[in-house]
Amino acid sequence: MHVAVASGKGGTGKTTIAVNLALALAEKIPVQVLDCDVEEPNAHLFLQPVFQQEEPVTLPVPEVDNARCDGCGRCSEACAFHALAVAGGRVITFPEMCHGCGACIAACPQGALAEKPQRIGVVARGRAGRIDFVQGKIDVGVPLAPPVIRAVKKQARGEGLTLLDAPPGTSCPVVAAVKDCNFCLLVTEPTPFGLNDLRLAVGMVRELGIPFAVVINRSTLGDLRVERYCRHEGIPVLLKIPFNKKYAATYARGKCLVQEYPEWAPAFAGLWREIERLVARHAGIAGN
Amino acid sequence: MKVAITARGNDPKAEADPRFGRCQYFVIADVEKGTFEAIANANQNAGGGAGVAAAQALVNAGVEVVLTGNVGPNALRVLQEAGIKVYSTAAPTVQAALQQWQAGGVSPLSRATVGSHFGMGRGGNKW
Repeated sequence: MHVAVASGKGGTGKTTIAVNLALALAEKIPVQVLDCDVEEPNAHLFLQPVFQQEEPVTLPVPEVDNARCDGCGRCSEACAFHALAVAGGRVITFPEMCHGCGACIAACPQGALAEKPQRIGVVARGRAGRIDFVQGKIDVGVPLAPPVIRAVKKQARGEGLTLLDAPPGTSCPVVAAVKDCNFCLLVTEPTPFGLNDLRLAVGMVRELGIPFAVVINRSTLGDLRVERYCRHEGIPVLLKIPFNKKYAATYARGKCLVQEYPEWAPAFAGLWREIERLVARHAGIAGN
Repeated sequence: MKVAITARGNDPKAEADPRFGRCQYFVIADVEKGTFEAIANANQNAGGGAGVAAAQALVNAGVEVVLTGNVGPNALRVLQEAGIKVYSTAAPTVQAALQQWQAGGVSPLSRATVGSHFGMGRGGNKW
């Protein structure tokens, strides 16, 4: 089962939930963690995996054969991202704007364009104890995260639990991470920002048709508006973690809650049972 | 000779727009005939690549001179590759920009005056 851990707002505790859930379950079922926050992956700081292999992620960008190009401009017309222009009778490419769709190559009547792989990031795979760990990392200056995220997701084993630590927000990279998952956990905090961005994230997962529930982190701070919103919308709140200075210190040291406070392990095991129950219920509704 | 001026309207009296890729219109003057035509900028609100698309539209229209406020690096590369001369002007209207160019009062641009995405509002929209 694929479970994405996402949030609208950044810094609510996606990684905290993902790594603690992974650690709480790793003894019982096969667990894989995919760090899809490729612009700033951080799950490795807590799980301390030993990386065994690394593969570059490439995007097929167009390369021009000037001997064949007659400057007709069809490639430029075909490109939705304006990554090619034709001026002075020759093609100018802007690889940093290319999404690698291949439309220009298909549109060229002269066969003057070919795909050239351009490196945009890297996927690393390793192990953290019993946990299979995969991390994507985009190269500095590259604006296009979704292809790197898709490369991370290709490493999914498809057994037991695959946990995806998504990027924050609700834009393309988040959709790339959450899409096709069986369930999405939305981590939030009881603040006005937390609520505002939770609403946006709920809109996104509803659009994707994925069953979801909420985890409220630092639940004893702020106000009750997030809980009221969830009740009103019929969104289950599966776990609440109160604010505790000691928990914050644990996080700051790069340690995990279930390791330093083992009394939290049953809560995360319970979270997993609830997810399984909601996924089964969703499948039942979808099946009818 | 065709001269394109970035503008907020579609006629010679229109206010000039200092943004290149994200202006509303390109008013194109045919200097010999003394006529004007306008092209609406289809990529004014594009997510990215507005400058390249705008430059491509002017190349396709056979423009030889561009009068604008600021140009980013990608758009300038396309314009230069096509041999289009780019001049910077702060004239208030299309007509005033054209007159300033005809009087030799505009300065040629040989390098980008702003970074990519400048016209998306982090500076270009301020005034």
